[in-house]
Amino acid sequence: MKAKETVQDKKIPLFKKRDFQLLVGTVIFWAIFYTLTKFGMMNLYWMHIINVSLIYVILTTSLNLINGFSGQFSIGHMGFAAVGAYTSATLTTIVWNLPSHGVGPFSLFILSVILGGIAAAFIGFLIGLPTLRLRGDYLAIVTLAFGEIIRVTINSIKFVGGPRGIPGIPRFSSFTVIVIFTFLSIIVLRNIIYSSIGRALLSIREDEVASELVGVHTTYYKVLGFTVGAFFAGIGGALLAHLIQYINPLQFGFMATIYVLIMVYIGGVGSLSGSIVAAIGITFLSEGLRLGLDKLDQVTPFHVGPEWRMVIFSVLLVATMLYKTNGLMGDMEFKVLIPEEEDENAKHGA
Amino acid sequence: MGSIFNLQQIINGIQIGSIYALISIGYTLVYGIIQLINFAHGDFYMVGAYAAYFAVMFSAARKEHPNVLIVLLISMTAGAIVAFLSNRIAYRPLRYKPRLSALITAIGVSMFLEYTSSAIPAIGPSYRAFPQSALIPEHTYKIGHAILSNYQIVNVSVAVVLMVVLTYIVQYTRIGMAMRASAQDKDAARLMGIDIEYIIDFTFIIGGALAGAAGLLTGITYPRINPYMGIIPGLKAFIAAVLGGIGSVPGAMLGSYILGFSEVFGMAINSILGEGIAYAILILVLIFLPQGLLGKKTGEKV
Repeated sequence: MKAKETVQDKKIPLFKKRDFQLLVGTVIFWAIFYTLTKFGMMNLYWMHIINVSLIYVILTTSLNLINGFSGQFSIGHMGFAAVGAYTSATLTTIVWNLPSHGVGPFSLFILSVILGGIAAAFIGFLIGLPTLRLRGDYLAIVTLAFGEIIRVTINSIKFVGGPRGIPGIPRFSSFTVIVIFTFLSIIVLRNIIYSSIGRALLSIREDEVASELVGVHTTYYKVLGFTVGAFFAGIGGALLAHLIQYINPLQFGFMATIYVLIMVYIGGVGSLSGSIVAAIGITFLSEGLRLGLDKLDQVTPFHVGPEWRMVIFSVLLVATMLYKTNGLMGDMEFKVLIPEEEDENAKHGA
Repeated sequence: MGSIFNLQQIINGIQIGSIYALISIGYTLVYGIIQLINFAHGDFYMVGAYAAYFAVMFSAARKEHPNVLIVLLISMTAGAIVAFLSNRIAYRPLRYKPRLSALITAIGVSMFLEYTSSAIPAIGPSYRAFPQSALIPEHTYKIGHAILSNYQIVNVSVAVVLMVVLTYIVQYTRIGMAMRASAQDKDAARLMGIDIEYIIDFTFIIGGALAGAAGLLTGITYPRINPYMGIIPGLKAFIAAVLGGIGSVPGAMLGSYILGFSEVFGMAINSILGEGIAYAILILVLIFLPQGLLGKKTGEKV
């Protein structure tokens, strides 16, 4: 009892130690790679992979909020990324027709990314409202259907190029922009998870009926979690569009969602750290295998091409499910990602 | 009305519906017993199509005329073996784990089958022409303005015969009775001395065999096969099973024919509408009629 009072009495400092550590860590990470590229010591190909892997961090952590923390099962996540990507790319490329330099266009780009996130969140809200009363596998199949409907709809809109997609998107997503957005989304997701919203989501995951009985407004929180996840998926999609400079509806199909899903489940259901590690690790493993299998092909008498990559991933996914159902990290977190107030709670079992 | 609801569309609807029916029966049987959406089921169908392809190519290389029944048997066996193995290796160890982990495993198995097939050099990722005319020479019949080919007749009649056999097995044999008992109450069935794991194996084998047969029939009517051919029909067949009431075999058949007709007619009105209509049906059914057309209404157990 006494511990609780002290937690509430304690003055909350302006800068918390762990937030500061996280910020410093991110800045150091950014500074190292930024200077390396500036002086031409960094392979641009690997730099691109780092950028892609950071965008996957956004996509994976946001899907983990839906699938891991609130225990729903969405497999239409890339549909939301598609909404974000198409909204922002349509604005920057077709409506405003921005040049790829300058402060004005850049701030419009940031605006378009946020609008992309909001559009994705809106669609997520519309989809979540009727469907989140379904449970488990039915929800999975409905989100899959909605993901496909989003794709088919984009396919049929002439204004955004239909099946041809949008080419020639200006390359605004620099390393710096991506690092900032990744950092912000991790912080926001962490704060949500350790807030009352996060507690409500966890209680829904553990037992929906019981949490409803103790007064948690389950529908409200499920839709909220879904909408927030969709928002960050939209942000990730928008950044991806301005990184690879070309989008088409096929990029956001079912298989793309599965790729993110693999990262969530291998990393750990209900672990932000697991998602971060898995998103970066699997993106690099994927590229590494592409090169490695090519090398292997040259030394072995039979053919082992890079097409075995996805076979390896599927085996990894099945093996993870069979031997470590909760993923490699389970629900463990890195210490910097746990707010300090949590320590007190953990110590006193609250 | 005349231009859209003509005889040709009805023929096409029956034919597509028959293929969906063969696949969706497997979904509904498996779901009825272990409550698993077997995402890999569409890939059993793909395996059946490739088994038939290699069987026909093999006999063509030996300058023999392949027997349709033997090819059918080969593709059914291939589908059954893959279904049996994926149950034993991937699904069985997860039987008493949370249901969602089995679902993710099913996605993994599906990916494994697709990507392994496209990585094996003998199969490869590209489209292949199915040698249907080596199997059965084509004849077409004209009925009014509609064209009916003997492929469509074979397709529908084989599907109907298989469905009759399946209904007989499920309704009138001892093992069928055990399957129905396990679907109703697994624990009670076990107490009555039914070997549940044996029944689940048998269910997967039957479902896989029917999906394999559907693979051959698709190869005959749409002679283009590739390793990813199972994803969309698998999904649509699942939607058909949900529409008919998942767990119910007659429901799966009914749902498949309804879906086949609505797709064909939707496609005749507008191609994009035809592509999306299955998903729209799914969403409407799940929101307004979650138990499906012929399914039993069950309350949520606490």
